[in-house]
Amino acid sequence: MVFETRKGKKMAHYNLTTPLSEDDVRQLKVRDIVTVNGHIFGIRDATQIRMFDHNQEPPVDLTGAICLHTAPSLKKVGDRWEKIIIGTTTSTRMERFTPPLMEKYSVRAIVGKAGLLQGSLEAMNRLGGCYLAIVGGAAALETTQIEEVEEVFWEDLHPEAIYKLRVKDFGPLIVAMDSHMNHLYFDVKGQAKEKMPELLRKLGAV
Amino acid sequence: MNEFDYQVVEDAAKELYIRALKLLPPDVKKALNRAYERETHETAKQILQMILKNIEVAEEQDLLICQDTGLPIYFVTMGSQFPVDGAKIVNALKEGAKRATLEHPFRGSSTHPLTRINPQTSVGDGLPIIHWEFEEHRDYLDILMVPKGSGSENMSAMKMFIPADGVGALKRFVLERVFENGANPCPPGIIGVGIGGTADLVSVLAKKAIARPIGSKNPDPELAKLEAELFEVINELGIGPMGLGGKTTTLAVHIEAAYTHITLNPVAVNTQCWPARRARAKIFSDGKVKYGF
Repeated sequence: MVFETRKGKKMAHYNLTTPLSEDDVRQLKVRDIVTVNGHIFGIRDATQIRMFDHNQEPPVDLTGAICLHTAPSLKKVGDRWEKIIIGTTTSTRMERFTPPLMEKYSVRAIVGKAGLLQGSLEAMNRLGGCYLAIVGGAAALETTQIEEVEEVFWEDLHPEAIYKLRVKDFGPLIVAMDSHMNHLYFDVKGQAKEKMPELLRKLGAV
Repeated sequence: MNEFDYQVVEDAAKELYIRALKLLPPDVKKALNRAYERETHETAKQILQMILKNIEVAEEQDLLICQDTGLPIYFVTMGSQFPVDGAKIVNALKEGAKRATLEHPFRGSSTHPLTRINPQTSVGDGLPIIHWEFEEHRDYLDILMVPKGSGSENMSAMKMFIPADGVGALKRFVLERVFENGANPCPPGIIGVGIGGTADLVSVLAKKAIARPIGSKNPDPELAKLEAELFEVINELGIGPMGLGGKTTTLAVHIEAAYTHITLNPVAVNTQCWPARRARAKIFSDGKVKYGF
């Protein structure tokens, strides 16, 4: 799908193919739109606990990868995994894993909902990474943009294994954290915080 | 009463769970459409456009709207003209929720709170959650099913204020909660507020509030006024769809209240995400079932 955009806006729309280079990521600014073709790797809490708390090397090269915070509903038919529904989970829980994921395994982008925190923002700035916001709850659309579950690594962790997903026109995604220290969620909350005293006065709740 | 086949309730409990996960109520779709039309913030408009597209895709391709199948909650209202066996209803609802999960199939999200072992059935001790009400004259059994996702449920809060804190404290609590929650509960959804009762009742009231159709008002004019006031102010916060900014932070504020103790002033907030899912069945004594929202 294509967004309707109003005239005079500076927001850019990028079509990116994986794996991503540092240049691919450095050009992105918050509120830009990204559509992805190629592969995305589904990961979650348990996947990264194994990587970083149990120090196990992931069985697949994640250089330049886009990782999606997900726990998919799949069914196994013979050797193949078929999708039932694949959606996105809240990213904030995985904050502490994200800087090492980028540093050690050269992951370039995270797709998730609700954002990551300061540590990840600094890692993105230093290493060339970004956070792409997807619409949480919009799993039906997301599932139709995933063509196939090509491979599942660390299958014993399912639904928190590593899923290699082939995607077509995946998105649109909104750049919510860029490699230039811009953090859209922090900005929005900062502005809301400034409005708080006025709104409390309005409610007679000072 | 003896002739009524409780298998009908079990089948309906299964069907309700699946319907709720796939079809959003018309009032929710209407509110999202209206939000899209009114929204002027670029990113917010884009997100609402994707939300509407997602609802369409789920309906056309018979897919779940969201991957979080949630915890099953059933609100049961028994009519005095059609009395039923409550124990049999409980069993039927439990079996129906379990069958929905296994037979559709979809991810079961229920787990033991300590061992975290997930039976992949959506049920377990204490689940499904069942709330009972009774109504005179009614000649059917009304079952409202709400699958509650964790993104929004994790953002719930309850606080025991004291009378000296006044109404202002309640208003402040709700506004600060929405601010703190930010992007997490997948806004714009429904903010449910419970006022009064005890610590347990106030939380149930907040849950009842999120299960109401958008556009409904509390019958008490004072509470309806408070709903409108909070709705307006919350949407001035600028949190916006998915917490990325905009005019639409919530689609509705619903308040449910009960009398409380002279020294109590409890308040609870329950948030519902934009897929404000619910499905309803009216079951008649002859076994006929009418589905709706």
